[in-house]
Amino acid sequence: MASGVKPRVKVPKKAAAGEAITIKTLISHKMESGQRKDKEGNLIPRSIINRFTCEFNGQSVVDVKMESAISTNPYFQFEATVPEAGDFVFTWYDDDGSVYDTKKSVKIG
Amino acid sequence: MDFSRRDTLGLALGAAALTVLPFRVSASSDAAIEEFTGGAAVGEGGITLTAPEIAENGNTVPIEVSAPGAVSIMVLAAGNPTPGVATFNFGPLAASQAAATRIRLAGTQDVIALAKMADGSFVKASSTVKVTIGGCGG
Repeated sequence: MASGVKPRVKVPKKAAAGEAITIKTLISHKMESGQRKDKEGNLIPRSIINRFTCEFNGQSVVDVKMESAISTNPYFQFEATVPEAGDFVFTWYDDDGSVYDTKKSVKIG
Repeated sequence: MDFSRRDTLGLALGAAALTVLPFRVSASSDAAIEEFTGGAAVGEGGITLTAPEIAENGNTVPIEVSAPGAVSIMVLAAGNPTPGVATFNFGPLAASQAAATRIRLAGTQDVIALAKMADGSFVKASSTVKVTIGGCGG
């Protein structure tokens, strides 16, 4: 499991029913591209987050297939519709099999 | 070994052909586009790709793509060792088919965004980004 991986998301706490909200997500991850060489000249193997998904109450908002060209500490910003109160679930899938996730609740108001 | 006139001409033509090959869009980014579209024709318009003209740091170049009505958007970096950057698949709760992120660019190159629209058609936009310091570990 990659160490020190920490997700951070910015989601408004309240929204009007049906409103479009902006979501920002960040996760601290080295995203080793597989192109760098170590001191001996050996290629450092690729180790990145290869997929990011965002779901709300079980329905998909966005599903991103990520490659090694995404920068270190991957950042995504996108918009989601909030039809009702509920939970946003954000999941990141690592090359090494680890899964990181975090959840944010949104109320209607 | 003596080259006949025919051989020398053939060699020269081959060398000339090599120099004319385009260098910006690599063969593998074409293959990635083919795979995404299944060989269908790709139109222009209906997709916006926002990228800086000059990126001081190739390790983190902010880009934004938007294609209202798209099902998914694929972003490619034509001059990177591997052209794939990201593919955004929008679900039913995406308020807009737009996303922003930061990417790595190895050097000055074209960034290509391809959108698959809800009706099955494809559109593309591209933007040239000048990179001063490469971002792929080079």
